[in-house]
Amino acid sequence: MRRDVFQAIADPTRRAIITLLVIQAMTPQALAEHFDSTRQAISKHIKILTECEVVTQKQTGRENYYHLNSIKMKEIDIWLERFRKLWEDRFDQLDNVLKDL
Amino acid sequence: MTNNFVFEADMAAKTIHISREFNAPVEKVWRAWTEPDLIEKWIAPKPWMAKTKLMDFTVGGIWLYAMVSPEGQKHWTRIEFTEIVNGDSFSSINMFSDEDGNTAAGAPKSFTETKFSPIEGGRTKVDVLKTFTDEATIKMFAQMGFREGTIAGYSQLDELLASE
Repeated sequence: MRRDVFQAIADPTRRAIITLLVIQAMTPQALAEHFDSTRQAISKHIKILTECEVVTQKQTGRENYYHLNSIKMKEIDIWLERFRKLWEDRFDQLDNVLKDL
Repeated sequence: MTNNFVFEADMAAKTIHISREFNAPVEKVWRAWTEPDLIEKWIAPKPWMAKTKLMDFTVGGIWLYAMVSPEGQKHWTRIEFTEIVNGDSFSSINMFSDEDGNTAAGAPKSFTETKFSPIEGGRTKVDVLKTFTDEATIKMFAQMGFREGTIAGYSQLDELLASE
């Protein structure tokens, strides 16, 4: 199955994980402590987030840390900003069309 | 006068809601969105131009148009109308296509609902709700718009990406 950022954020637990990782990279143990779900359930969400390229894992010392891939998240902001600008410009042109109509 | 421009993305729902008020009655705004010679005057970001090949504004009909660059490069879009309530709203399926309106199998689609509401002072509020099938689609539509944007925009983005 092809993963994309929509699947990453489609689930409330995954959104909570993203929010936690915005603040700091976390070990699987530290992350799991924030949730009532089992560690297996959290691992499954992490696996999906990794496949969506939203989360990456890095070894620091003996510990494995989950990091938020902020470039991936920023990419989305960039597309949205372009889209927003396109529509703003179109509407300004539409104002002129309506003026002459 | 404020025009109350709204651009809200709900990524979980894969929707973008765009809204704006216009200083003209619904009848005129509706014409500007549905008559090809009028749409062409505002839909293309400068210096690109919009050129209609076919417009059949009926349910099941299509609007086939190209965004044309100053060098004459054409990007075709096929918009199929799925619902029309005259003077009130219309819905469409948007896809990129070739000049004959052919689309590739499995090509990404976006769904658009456009609603026109009269507001006080003889003005009109337009609400556009776009629903995307996946991340790739939203990216394509955004890049399409961007590619048609200014050269200045390009270099700004390059700088932004280079600084990452």
